[in-house]
Amino acid sequence: MLRLDGLRIDLGSFVLQADTAFEAGRITALMGASGSGKSTLLNAIAGFQAPTSGKVQIDGTDITDLTPGDRPLSILFQDQNLFPHLTLADNVGLGLRSNLRLTRDESAARDGALGRVGLSGLGGRLPRDLSGGQQSRAALARALLRRRPWLLLDEPFSALGPALRAEMLDLVAETAMSEGLSVLMVTHDPADARRIADMTAVVADGKVAKPQPTAALFENPTAALRSYLG
Amino acid sequence: MPLLAVGWRGLAEATTGLRPADWAALRFTLGQAAVSAAISVALAIPVARALARRHFPGRGAIVLLLGAPFILPVIVAVLGLVAVFGRGGVVNDALGALGIEAVSIYGPHGVVLAHVFFNMPLATRLILQGWATIPGERMRLAASLSFGPAETFRLLEWPMLRAVVPGIFTVIFLICTTSFAVALALGGGPRATTVELAIYQAFRFDFDLSRAALLGALQLALGALAALAALRLSLPSGFGAGLDRVAQRWDSASPGLRIQDALAILAACLFLLLPMGLILAEGARHVVDLPGAVWAAAARSLVLALTAAVATVALALAMAHAVTGQKGGWVEVAGTLSIAASPLVLGTGLYILLLPVANPVALALPVTAFVNVVLALPFALRALIPAMRDLQADYGQLSASLGLTGLTWLRLVALPRLRRPAGFAAGLTAALAAGDLGVIALFAAPDQATLPLVLYQLMGAYRMEEAKAAALVLVALSLGLFWLFERGGRHAAT
Repeated sequence: MLRLDGLRIDLGSFVLQADTAFEAGRITALMGASGSGKSTLLNAIAGFQAPTSGKVQIDGTDITDLTPGDRPLSILFQDQNLFPHLTLADNVGLGLRSNLRLTRDESAARDGALGRVGLSGLGGRLPRDLSGGQQSRAALARALLRRRPWLLLDEPFSALGPALRAEMLDLVAETAMSEGLSVLMVTHDPADARRIADMTAVVADGKVAKPQPTAALFENPTAALRSYLG
Repeated sequence: MPLLAVGWRGLAEATTGLRPADWAALRFTLGQAAVSAAISVALAIPVARALARRHFPGRGAIVLLLGAPFILPVIVAVLGLVAVFGRGGVVNDALGALGIEAVSIYGPHGVVLAHVFFNMPLATRLILQGWATIPGERMRLAASLSFGPAETFRLLEWPMLRAVVPGIFTVIFLICTTSFAVALALGGGPRATTVELAIYQAFRFDFDLSRAALLGALQLALGALAALAALRLSLPSGFGAGLDRVAQRWDSASPGLRIQDALAILAACLFLLLPMGLILAEGARHVVDLPGAVWAAAARSLVLALTAAVATVALALAMAHAVTGQKGGWVEVAGTLSIAASPLVLGTGLYILLLPVANPVALALPVTAFVNVVLALPFALRALIPAMRDLQADYGQLSASLGLTGLTWLRLVALPRLRRPAGFAAGLTAALAAGDLGVIALFAAPDQATLPLVLYQLMGAYRMEEAKAAALVLVALSLGLFWLFERGGRHAAT
């Protein structure tokens, strides 16, 4: 369970408040217009944005004061998910050991993860030699290796075409299921949420609504969701 | 710390007052700096203008050539100027053939000449950057309104010049006030002694530490004043991009203007290349005859340059990291403050500090390395701080989310991503340190001389052939180190 306990974030005149919880073992979508604060919320959970007040708890442990690298979560950003000067293998290997001194078993695990996301044999390439979809897969492979219970997605696939994006979302759903990951994903596209999210929480007017089962929510939209969908 | 020591000691001695000779040194320092800066800028404007509006093969090479004097060892350039303008030089031979009496290069005008040699190219590059800031659309508009060259100058170029020239003048003035090696080689005597040279003389000949400190405090005040003035003016960013851009323009196609521009560029190239060409060509013939002592000095200079380069880059990386983190601006201030410090003032300060605990002469080389690190730091910071900011903006969150910190972060992220600016900073430091003739002249015993000092001694003994050969070695060392580091950084960058 990821609990936001009276969380308040102030960014200049913008205020975001959240007092809710996201269930473990599920995929939850945070949906809202651009500028609604959904990425800000993700940044606060990941530790890049200090909240003005309130707490972030994962499985009952307060993580509000932990550094980003120490939190029980991995995050995929919109861009800059890979270091351009490191090979794919090194970029993925960072998920096991941040100093890249891998044992033989760890190297094997790394290659296994590359295989899981369909990048077998591409470990020696630099990111610039790969397509956008392949770069996303590599970032996902690294998140798998980190073995943190939560995976946060800040629209990492938004630069991909529709077919490729759907493919990546399915890959996320599949791996989340098989690895037992809990996923929190930011999206502005209802189709993304309907495709893989069990639950959806709407972010609007500086507030994070309680997550609802996605199918039911879209069948019977709240006022906030209705005004967003237009 | 060394600056404080000089200031303290200088104040303590202030009661004894400045002698007339000291006032003369101050007057000369200010006067020659003003004249040097004025001539440099005045000559640079037509050259920059010519380069700004002409596109021709070899233009890039000329812009590169204009950057070379910055890393050229001062003493080598002085030797080259003597070969051209000195007694028995090319110019005097020509004058002699016309029946005109030979002019000497030694004295105030020689000092100014050398300063113009170094700073006219710098001014040209900086003014050229100013020209590059005039948008091409503005030129197109001017053409559609059928502006001639005069209108273009009055309405577009003159406002630009008025904005950039005061800053450039101040920078060059500042550089010229801390001149030591030029004054040492070409000046001297009551008419052409700078404050820096007076410090050296008080130190070396009179061994009057109090007077050296007093003069040092004077130099420090001078540098601080000039630095303050420089801060208030808008300064161009130095080694900038955009020098290869030529805005297309329609006002300057007339043959007269073409010839004028060609002459300006040609004259500038001749002025820069002739001194270098003469000594390097002659030096090449004598380089095999160089005595072992010169090679030993070259080895010392190499070690010195590498030490200074590594230390500067390490320090600059740490400082840039602190600046871009939350720890704030004082580091940046400390880094730029050292612009106001001159090598001789730092040297004097270190001497005063070291005297109670050790024999400063035995530490000549470490002290020289230290001073060179301090002097190169502002340039290194200027290269590394923006790069570090970009690195944090692009990969700061990714590094944090993966728990990359400390040495691992340095090894896997910072060093590979910052290779290019770091290589540039290391190359610049190495070239400047290899060619530096400053503090080493204060301290060094004969067995510790660096290559520039040996070169100066050879010149003083009128062993010109050996001096030219040593100059060749020094140029190869200094430019070679710059090239290697810079190339290394650029090559690895992805």
